[in-house]
Amino acid sequence: MSIAASETSGSAPVAGEKIMEVDGLFKHFPIHAGFFRRQVGAVKAVDGISFDVMRGETLGLVGESGCGKSTTARLLLRLMAPTDGSIKFEGQEIADAKGPELKALRREMQMIFQDPYSSLNPRKTVGSIISDPFVIHGMHKEGGARKKAVQELMDIVGLNPEHYNRYPHEFSGGQRQRIGVARALALKPKVIVADEPVSALDVSIQAQVLNLLRDLQRDLGLTLIFIAHDLSVVRHMCDRVAVMYLGRIVELATSDQLYSHPRMPYTGALMSAVPVADPRLAAAKKRQVLTGDVPSPTNPPPGCRFHTRCWKAQEICRNEDPPLEPKDGGNLATCHFPLTDAEVLERVPTARNVES
Amino acid sequence: MGAPLLEVENLKVHFETEDGLVKAVDGISYTVDRGQTLGIVGESGSGKSVSSLTVMGLTRSRNARISGTVRFNGKDLLGASEEDMRSIRGNDIAMIFQDPLSSLHPFYKVGAQIAEGVRAHRDVSKAQAWDRAVEMLSLVGIPEPRKRADAYPHEFSGGMRQRAMIAMALANDPKLLIADEPTTALDVTVQAQILELIERLQSEFDTAVVVITHDLGVVAEMADEISVMYAGRIVEKADTDTIFAAPEHPYTWGLLSSIPRLDASRDEELVPIPGRPPSLINLPGGCSFHPRCPYVREAHKKVDPKLEPVAGNPGHQSACLLDSSVRRKLWSELRTGVKPDEARADVMAAEEKAV
Amino acid sequence: MAAYIARRLLWVVFLLFTITCITFVIFSVLPSGDPAVARAGRSPSPQLVEVIRVQLGLDKSKPEQFINYIGDILPFVGGNGIYLGFSYQNNTDVLPEILERLPVTIFLATGAVILWLSIGIPLGVLSAVKTGSALDRIAMGIALLFISAPVYFFGLVALYLFDDQIGIWPILPGNSAYGEADSLLGKAEALIMPWCVLAAAFAAIYARFLRGNLIDTLQEDYIRTARAKGLSERRVIFRHGVRAAITPIVTLLGLDIGILLGGAILTETVFNIPGIGRYAFNAITVSDLPVIQGTVLFGAFFIVMMSLIVDILYAFIDPRVRY
Ligand SMILES: Nc1ncnc2c1ncn2[C@@H]1O[C@H](COP(=O)(O)OP(=O)(O)OP(=O)(O)O)[C@@H](O)[C@H]1O
Ligand SMILES: Nc1ncnc2c1ncn2[C@@H]1O[C@H](COP(=O)(O)OP(=O)(O)O)[C@@H](O)[C@H]1O
Ligand code: SF4
Ligand code: SF4
Ligand SMILES: [Mg+2]
Ligand SMILES: [Mg+2]
Repeated sequence: MSIAASETSGSAPVAGEKIMEVDGLFKHFPIHAGFFRRQVGAVKAVDGISFDVMRGETLGLVGESGCGKSTTARLLLRLMAPTDGSIKFEGQEIADAKGPELKALRREMQMIFQDPYSSLNPRKTVGSIISDPFVIHGMHKEGGARKKAVQELMDIVGLNPEHYNRYPHEFSGGQRQRIGVARALALKPKVIVADEPVSALDVSIQAQVLNLLRDLQRDLGLTLIFIAHDLSVVRHMCDRVAVMYLGRIVELATSDQLYSHPRMPYTGALMSAVPVADPRLAAAKKRQVLTGDVPSPTNPPPGCRFHTRCWKAQEICRNEDPPLEPKDGGNLATCHFPLTDAEVLERVPTARNVES
Repeated sequence: MGAPLLEVENLKVHFETEDGLVKAVDGISYTVDRGQTLGIVGESGSGKSVSSLTVMGLTRSRNARISGTVRFNGKDLLGASEEDMRSIRGNDIAMIFQDPLSSLHPFYKVGAQIAEGVRAHRDVSKAQAWDRAVEMLSLVGIPEPRKRADAYPHEFSGGMRQRAMIAMALANDPKLLIADEPTTALDVTVQAQILELIERLQSEFDTAVVVITHDLGVVAEMADEISVMYAGRIVEKADTDTIFAAPEHPYTWGLLSSIPRLDASRDEELVPIPGRPPSLINLPGGCSFHPRCPYVREAHKKVDPKLEPVAGNPGHQSACLLDSSVRRKLWSELRTGVKPDEARADVMAAEEKAV
Repeated sequence: MAAYIARRLLWVVFLLFTITCITFVIFSVLPSGDPAVARAGRSPSPQLVEVIRVQLGLDKSKPEQFINYIGDILPFVGGNGIYLGFSYQNNTDVLPEILERLPVTIFLATGAVILWLSIGIPLGVLSAVKTGSALDRIAMGIALLFISAPVYFFGLVALYLFDDQIGIWPILPGNSAYGEADSLLGKAEALIMPWCVLAAAFAAIYARFLRGNLIDTLQEDYIRTARAKGLSERRVIFRHGVRAAITPIVTLLGLDIGILLGGAILTETVFNIPGIGRYAFNAITVSDLPVIQGTVLFGAFFIVMMSLIVDILYAFIDPRVRY
């Protein structure tokens, strides 16, 4: 172990330090057909993505349904094995981790799921749900210590510790999501992946859970990977955002960069599509409506994957796959003809806002 | 201008259940004019769907107790015979729903499902109805409509299914379209397509639209007028600009400040509404929002506020017992980023002392 | 689709092979009556039994016996076509005996199926549409009665009430009448009571099953859509509700037909109808192992085939199913 590593462990997060490095990651789900069930193709759910996760940051993943967000999350946590590629956690390769190594990894990384209803066992008390990770990893065995640890967690996430013996159905949706958060925090993980944690919640409850996650992330110095389809929520929560399309990252930038000057036309279209809760802004902006549907991930278009729906597409886009590289303003984007500031201003309400 | 197209007056829908009387809709009134768009916003369980299904005569539970009046084109709908309602549904009033996959029959071709609706109201041959279905599919922007009419719903993408639903709803040129969370199950990009489609068709055919949603962004973009529902009642009603610029109900404020906005600063704190929506069986006494309201006073726990016009704007109604001037002061503080508790302290302390 | 059917057929072969193994183990390996003793007749000498053992190949090792057994069953192997064994009790081959009884069993099954579908389906639909009404409650109460009482009980009650010889109201030919009837009409008449008894329990099951399904289906979003289109309630219920709710019945029906073709043991026995079921029942009472083995295999064959047919049918009924 290097000196640097032993020095940093346990101390405050170091800005700019990589906690995870993903390189050339693939996940293909094979499709079988015919008499011998031969493999006739594959759903290319994640198709060659590379990015780093910085310690203590919130990294957002956005994109349309089916673009590979959840699959990426599951790969990062090694809840499934990648088809190819490398994932490093604190410098250590985990893409092919097995058995005890994987179990140790589970203590470092945890997941919060979308549906607070189905992800909790209805026949277990909240206390035993939250203490499950302790049981699995044989922690806090001494009498009473486990209950105390659980009640501390409940307190942290804003649940009444006296409700230790209640069952999930006695809680509201927002509270159930808090239970999920407490369970994820139990092992004091370094990385938490939240997959659509508020999509199933009511508007007024969403804010409670978002605030909780944001506060926890700041107070505990957690690294948070935040998946959502709601772009306003992502902007609110994340320091950096990766935009995915058909299994690829097509743009990666800080939130401020991304929302004030998206460069990839797809990102621009996403942002322009978000309805803004302000009638004047809504009336002023030009809604960029994408035509058609996302092509099948089994057979993604050649060249730039977005060319079938892109209004700026030219001949080169159909043939040459643009690399993820820095564009004007510092965004990393994959595009031969990135959006200009004027084009952005016309379509993206946040750009307008930043400008003024 | 003549009578409004749809007039709902003091509509109540109560369900008798084993646990007690569920007051799903508890006395709501609104009107919709020709070509106009009314937005109804509220959290889940606030009675949005039940109220609109009742307008269509589709609240069929035996345990439902319905009262009030619903008039469409001057004709009373609640008292209408089942046969009369049938001839109105899908013909004069059409409806689309949240989940387009489960809303289409899995065993029938999309074209057949649209054609069936046409033939229910018009005396046309099967072939003519099919042609109409194809025409509608092409109108809502489905490529190769003649071929796609022959496909089954599961062969469509989510957005195409909702387009097909819209094609079905508009096939008989209805005067009113009720869209219950039409885009909630869809991606933003598809949502934008669908919203644009509804707007385009609306202006083309002068259809009135009632759009029901929990998404303030959707109503901001679509609606001319907005009703905010809470626990079975309309608590605030005004034209769209007013609802967003000068809302006068603490619940509306809560909704507006609990969503992150693309047009606000990134560091802005969200202010959640504390607690959760009440059980519709045991509504809190007095103002039903009072257990969650930061500005509640003793009197509000006993007196039930009526939806009344706010001072100076007869088109803007709010059901809150605070004085209009106090509400305006509170909102102007909240808008500058002051927390509800502090706003309360600033604006209401003096008055509270007086009480 | 073709690949799917081919794979399913392989699966059928595998299943039948497994069933054959199991019956072989149960009847040959487990010590349950020595066929040689059965063959040898009353109080045979040990020498005779030994001779018969050799004759029947029972002196060979169990695996060898098994291979011979499989060879007998398979056509084109062992030179004896499909051979299901020999009944020592009756001194006849098993298969021809089964085939001879098959038409009777098919006749019984077909009539019963038609009868129970034409009672069960309308009753289920009616009950679902009028949930909670007096009609629904009475129908479902009676259905529960029919489901819970065993067929032989109802069979005996029916005979006691209506049999033309012993009945209180002697209006229908009953026990043994099928064998005695010589015209087709006479045979059909003889089957009226068995049909009704058999159909009663099945109609009850189908009515309850369909009712439950239809009640669930009528809550579906697409039913709401159908009503919102302004379709008549009739059309909503039949074209949209029943069409979807009845689909799972195909599975049930397929299996039930498969089971019945293997022999309606109780019904055939109570009414003394010379079908496969009674053949099997008689064999059981006298421990005629080859016959039991043969009828079990034969029944299994129908069940496995019917489930294959059902799965293939599904691709036509439900457009979402594609193989
Ligand atoms: N086990 C699997 N087998 C086959 N295909 C799969 C499997 N899991 C996911 N996929 C496919 O991989 C693609 C990416 O799926 P993923 O769940 O990562 O999408 P997502 O971006 O999380 O979408 P959503 O926003 O709907 O959650 C989709 O096309 C999906 O259908
Ligand atoms: N048939 C019914 N029996 C009892 N309660 C019902 C029935 N239908 C709806 N409700 C209740 O009425 C309330 C309002 O429902 P709904 O209008 O669907 O809300 P939303 O605003 O989410 O559309 C909910 O609490 C719901 O549980
Ligand atoms: S590379 Fe071409 S097709 Fe792809 S996003 Fe850029 S302009 Fe559009
Ligand atoms: S009446 Fe009182 S409790 Fe109700 S919303 Fe107004 S201030 Fe709040
Ligand atoms: Mg996902
Ligand atoms: Mg609803």
